[in-house]
Amino acid sequence: MITIEHINKRFKKLQALNDVSASFERGHVTCLIGPNGSGKTTLIKSILGIVKPNNGKIFVNGERINGDPSYRKNIGYMPQIGRYPDNMKIGHLFSMMKNIRNESEENLDTDLIAKFNLITSFDKAMRTLSGGTRQKVSAAFAFYFDPQILILDEPTAGLDPLSSEILKEKILAEKRKDKLILITSHVLSDLDDLATDVMYMQEGKMEFFKPIETIRKETGETKLGKAIARIIKARQLSSLWVDEANKIERR
Amino acid sequence: MKLSRYVLYDIFRSKVIIAYTLFLFIISMSLFRMEENTSKAMLSLLNIILIVVPLISMVFSTIHYYNSYEFIELMLSQPMSRTKIILSEYSGVAIALVASYLIGVGVPLLVYSPDATGFAMMSTGCFLSLIFTSIAFWASVKARDKARGIGFVLLVWFYFALIYDGLILVILFTFSDYPLEKLTLVLSALNPIDLGRIFIMLKMDVSALMGYTGALYQDFFGSGTGMLFTTGVMLLWIALPLLAAVRSFKKKDL
Repeated sequence: MITIEHINKRFKKLQALNDVSASFERGHVTCLIGPNGSGKTTLIKSILGIVKPNNGKIFVNGERINGDPSYRKNIGYMPQIGRYPDNMKIGHLFSMMKNIRNESEENLDTDLIAKFNLITSFDKAMRTLSGGTRQKVSAAFAFYFDPQILILDEPTAGLDPLSSEILKEKILAEKRKDKLILITSHVLSDLDDLATDVMYMQEGKMEFFKPIETIRKETGETKLGKAIARIIKARQLSSLWVDEANKIERR
Repeated sequence: MKLSRYVLYDIFRSKVIIAYTLFLFIISMSLFRMEENTSKAMLSLLNIILIVVPLISMVFSTIHYYNSYEFIELMLSQPMSRTKIILSEYSGVAIALVASYLIGVGVPLLVYSPDATGFAMMSTGCFLSLIFTSIAFWASVKARDKARGIGFVLLVWFYFALIYDGLILVILFTFSDYPLEKLTLVLSALNPIDLGRIFIMLKMDVSALMGYTGALYQDFFGSGTGMLFTTGVMLLWIALPLLAAVRSFKKKDL
């Protein structure tokens, strides 16, 4: 559903994306992992058209994205840090977007709004929200229009364990509906039961992109964190961050 | 457009625009009530408007743009074209500023001076609001942070409201031996504030004081071509910066 062909993006001196090509299919949950500054968010933003790549092509549903914004109707995006107008109320955000996009009530997915119990805080202004509540709003909003493609940038960061579990359940449920899901995360244990494919990035380059079964077979590890660490070491990439991540999970 | 409705809603809730309207209204009312002579009051009002309207329009637009950054970000991940987003922002701000000018200055003008001069002043104020809003949008899209954006906008204001006149005077004095009437006409078109000033002044009786140049201006601006010329140049001043703003917004990484 999403195909990326040789995209490059340069921010002044930093090569954020270096000739990245990949293809994401429906029914798959692809995990985009890599250290900070490896270009994950830039890649996601390029797909959304928020960042404009210097060259290369991106196709969504077979159509190349250039200018026409209608393809974003099919994409639900949860940003890493959800930023909303300070004075806007939570309820207003949902009603406004529904109104602007002209969606009818029955096409909406209010599952997460209910499960996160956001309705009780519908009249709270965005600026008064805690980081976690803001994440919940972002998550509920990404799923709100029942999109075919879900792009979640660090979805569980800042969520409490219970909410994190709710969100994971929701992602699994959507996966069963044969949707395309793209997740970035540093909490590899969160991805264990979700991921079907893993895409690893470093310094703007895609290092590998494999189905999780292949990775497990190749390394003999069942835990994603350990498996990734092995591959990285075998390829002599910088593995510091995975080691750290695994250490933290062991604690 | 639905989007600009939300932009407008946001602007009117901030109350800054209401304070601006009140400020304009109080100034124009008090000028008209204090001066016995309406045309004298008009002259004072003209000078205040030519300074205040561009300044407030630019500072307000710039601050509004940076404050709506989150809103713009949110819209960008939605099926909404960038052109539509930036134009909705522009039209929201522009409608708000023009409306407060029409209420704050337009209503007193209708009461105390419902003639050609009053009408000229009304349209000039609206044009100036639109022009400086579009310049401010261009500056805000180009500048990465708020401080730079506002700094640049203040510089533009200084240039058009204060420095430009000084420059023209220097040119006129240096080349006073040559016929400069045509040149001054062109130079005035390069500054929307000057253009507005001349346009209104010529509708008043004071143009007789301006000597030969005044007569030439009267000849030109008084005619139908002059009207068309002024309107055309003003429209260009709105369209060009706005076009530049849209263009660079479309290419921008957010």
